[in-house]
Amino acid sequence: MLAFLIRRLAQALVVLGVVGLIAFAMFRFAGDPVNQIVGPDTPVSERAEIRRSLGLDDPMLVQFGRYAGNVLRGDFGISYQFRQPVTALLSERIPATLELALCATLFALGVGILMGVYCALRRDTFLAKLFQAISLVGVSLPTFLIGILLIFLFSVTLGWLPSYGRGDTVRLGGWTTGFLTVSGLKALILPSVTLGLYQMTLIMRLVRAEMLEVLRTDYIRFARARGLTTRTIHLGHALKNTLVPVITIAGLQLGSVIAFSIITETVFQWPGMGLLFVQAVQNVDIPIMSAYLLLVAAIFVTINLVVDLLYTVVDPRLRGSVGRAA
Amino acid sequence: MTSPRNATSPRKTALLTLGLALGLAAAPTPGQAQNVFRFAFQGDIKSLDPYSLKETFTIGMHGAVYEALVMRDKDMKFAPQLAESWENPEPTRWRFHLRKGVKFHDGSPFTADDVIFSVQRVRAPGSNFQTNVPADAEFVKVDDYTVDMKLKTPNPIAIAQFATWYIMSKTWAEKNNAVQPSAPTATSPSYAALNENGTGPFTIAEHQPGVRTVFKKFPGYWGKVESNLDEAVFTTIGNSATRVAALLSGEVDWIDPVPLQDQPRVESSGNAVVMAGPELRTIFLGMDQWRDELKDSSVKGKNPFKDKRVREAFYLAIDEDTIAKRVMRGQATPSALLIAPSLYDRSGEFKRPAYDPKKAKALLTEAGYPDGFTLTMDCPNDRYVNDEAICQAVVSMLARVGVKVNLNAQPKAKYFAKVLAPAYDTSFYLVGWTPSSQDSHNILYEIAGCRNDPKSGRGGWNLGNYCNPKIDEIADKVETETDKTKRDAFIKEGFDTINADWGYIPLHQQALAWGVSKKVTLTQRPDNYFYLYWVSKKP
Repeated sequence: MLAFLIRRLAQALVVLGVVGLIAFAMFRFAGDPVNQIVGPDTPVSERAEIRRSLGLDDPMLVQFGRYAGNVLRGDFGISYQFRQPVTALLSERIPATLELALCATLFALGVGILMGVYCALRRDTFLAKLFQAISLVGVSLPTFLIGILLIFLFSVTLGWLPSYGRGDTVRLGGWTTGFLTVSGLKALILPSVTLGLYQMTLIMRLVRAEMLEVLRTDYIRFARARGLTTRTIHLGHALKNTLVPVITIAGLQLGSVIAFSIITETVFQWPGMGLLFVQAVQNVDIPIMSAYLLLVAAIFVTINLVVDLLYTVVDPRLRGSVGRAA
Repeated sequence: MTSPRNATSPRKTALLTLGLALGLAAAPTPGQAQNVFRFAFQGDIKSLDPYSLKETFTIGMHGAVYEALVMRDKDMKFAPQLAESWENPEPTRWRFHLRKGVKFHDGSPFTADDVIFSVQRVRAPGSNFQTNVPADAEFVKVDDYTVDMKLKTPNPIAIAQFATWYIMSKTWAEKNNAVQPSAPTATSPSYAALNENGTGPFTIAEHQPGVRTVFKKFPGYWGKVESNLDEAVFTTIGNSATRVAALLSGEVDWIDPVPLQDQPRVESSGNAVVMAGPELRTIFLGMDQWRDELKDSSVKGKNPFKDKRVREAFYLAIDEDTIAKRVMRGQATPSALLIAPSLYDRSGEFKRPAYDPKKAKALLTEAGYPDGFTLTMDCPNDRYVNDEAICQAVVSMLARVGVKVNLNAQPKAKYFAKVLAPAYDTSFYLVGWTPSSQDSHNILYEIAGCRNDPKSGRGGWNLGNYCNPKIDEIADKVETETDKTKRDAFIKEGFDTINADWGYIPLHQQALAWGVSKKVTLTQRPDNYFYLYWVSKKP
C-alpha cells in the first residue's frame, strides 16, 4: 500500500512538471506582458529593459527552469498586474470558488437525484417528460448563455437576485464566506444553478437509468413478493443501490466543477480563481496563469488519487491488483 | 500550497482586522442614511500606487484619493488644487504657491517637502509617469509652502501633465518602505500598491485587487466637495452583458462602457441613460512606409506604400462617413486630424477629403497597380469600440478598388506584441491615440516623428515609420515656442505636412459610452477620466 502511495505521488509530481512545461510553452502565444503593464507612452528602451529584467528574453526552458526552482522553494512570484504575491491573490480567491463548487454540487446532487427518481418511478407522466426535456436543455445550452438568461430573468426582469458578485462576505480567519449573510446566500443561487446544471442533468439521467435497471432485478421482485411497502422498496432498496455509481461520478465531477467554473465566474463576476485566471490571460499575467494551472492540476491529481484509494477501500477485490499494477 | 493560512504577513493581518471591523461596523446600521454609490468598469484598478500604470481609469480612481498641484477642471482648463496659485515669472522658471492647512489621510500636514519627494519618486525607475514632469526641470524648495521649477529651455507645456502627477507623503512613504514606485519588475510586494495616503476628498477603506474597492468620504478634507456621496463601491465587471444587467437592475449606478448594441436598451429602460460625449481618442490607420518590401504582400521587391499615390488611394477608398454611421451606429465623429478638435484651436480649418473610389482606382492604376494588390492588415479586437468591425469595413471598401486585404484581428495582448517595438511587424494597422499631454506636440513627436533613434521616444508609436524630417523640425519648434499664435501656426504647418504626404489615415473620434442611473448627476470629460468628486446621487 505504501509503495503504491509513493509511486502515485511520484507520478503526481511528473504530471505537475509536465503541466508546467506545457503551460510555459503556450505562454509565448498569449502575447507580450510588457505592453499590458506599462502605459502607452513608455519608451521602447524602457520596455526592453522591463522585458529583460522579467526574464522574458530567455529561452523557454530557462524561464521554466527558473520558475520551477522558485516554486520548489514555495515562491510563486508576483503578479504583473497587481504587483502582489500570487499566493496571496489565489488564497484570497479560493474560498469563493470552493463555496460555489460546493453549492453547485449539492444542487446537482439534490435536484438531480430527486428528478431522476421521479422520472424512473413515474416514467410516463407529463412531469417526467418535462424533466427529461429540461435535462436536454441543460446538456445542450452553453453555460454562459444559461447564466445570461438567468440574469435577465431573475435580476433584470424580476429583480429578485443579484446579477454579479458575492454579496456581503464575512471573514473567518483566512476564509471569507458568503454563507452567513442574506445577500451572500442570495448571490450564490444563480451561479450555483448555472454551474451545477450540467452535472444535475448528468446525475438525473444516470439515476433514472440505474434505477430502471435496479427495479428490474430479482431482489426487487423478491422484496415485492415479501409484501414490503412500495416506499421501502423504492427508497430503501432500489435507490441505495442506484447511488453507488452516482457518488463515483459526483466525486470525479467535483474536480471539473472547480476547474471549469471559469465561465460561470466570468458571467457572474464571481471573484474566484477562475475569474482571476481569465483576467490574467487577457493581461498576459504569466505568474498567475502558471500558478492557477498548477493548482488545478494538483486538484485533479489529488482527486484521482483519493478515488483510487477509496476504490481499494470499498472493493476488496482491487486490493491485490493495486499492489501489482498501477 | 495555497492554503489561506500560510499568508499571515502583518499587512494581511491588518487587512483582515480592517475587513472584520468593517463587517461589524456595517452590519448593525444598514438602514442609516448613507449615500452609497456603486459603479462598475470592465477592467480593474490595477494598483493603488499612483506612479505604477498610466491607464485612464486607474488614474481617475487615484484622483479621488490623491491630488495634484494643478488639476484640470470640467472644461479641461487648469485649476488650482494643492497649489493655490502659480506663476511663470521667467520663461524658464515656474513658481508654485502651495495650499496651507492641507492634511494627508494619516493626519500629517502637506508641505513643500512632499512635493520635492514626489518629484524624486515619479522620476525613479519603475515609475510609469516619468514624462509627467519635464525631464530637464529642477525643483527647489523656497520655503515650506513655495516651490520653484527651473527649466533649461522654455516649455509652453511644462505643466500639461501635472494633473495626473499626484503628490504623495514623504513621511508615509519612508515609514512604509514605499519610497520607490511599485515597479512592474519588483520581486517583493509593495505597500503603496495596496494602501493609499493622499490628500483627496475620499479615502480607500477596502481594496481587494481585481474584485472590489470601497471609497469613503474623508472628513478632514481641506476644501468643499461637490459630491454628496458618503461611500462609493467599485466592482470590476468584465462581461458586458452582466455589466449592462447590473445597471438595468439598479444594482450599480454607473457602468463603463455600454456596448453599442446595448445602448438603445439602456436608453429605453427608464432608469438609466447613456452618456455619449466625444472622446479625445482618435482612431486611425497607419501604413508601413519603412520596409523596402512589404510583408505578407503580393508585391515583391518593393513597398507600394512608399508611393504617395498609393497612400492617397487608400485614404480616398475608405468611406469614413459610412463607418461612422453604420459600424459605429452614429457614435463617432469623422476626423481630418490625428488629434481631437477640442485639443487644437485651429482644427476647424481642416477638412477630411471626401470618399472618392474612382479617383482611388485611378491613382492605383497610375502607380502601377491597375489590378490592385494583396496585403495583410493588423487589427485589435478587444481594445477600441468595434475595432474589428471597423477593420472589416475597411477591408471590404478596399476590395472595391481592387486591393485584397487579409485581416488579422486578434486580442490586444497579441496585437500589440506584434505591431509595437521592437518588431513593428505590420504592413497596415489600426490604432487609437490620445495625446497624454493633451497637446499637438505629442502627435508630431510620437506618431509622426521619424523613428531613427531607439533611445529617444520620438516616433515611439510611429509603427509604419512615416518619416518626413520637416515634421521633426516643426516638432522641435513647437516644443519650445511659448507664443500661442506662432505655436499654433507651426502646428498647422505640421498637420498640413502629414496630410499632404498622406502619411496617415485618420478615421474618427469614438464616442464615450457611460451608462448612468437617473438618480446620479456627474461630469463626463472628453478624456474619459472618471472622478468621484463630481458624482452626486439622490439618496
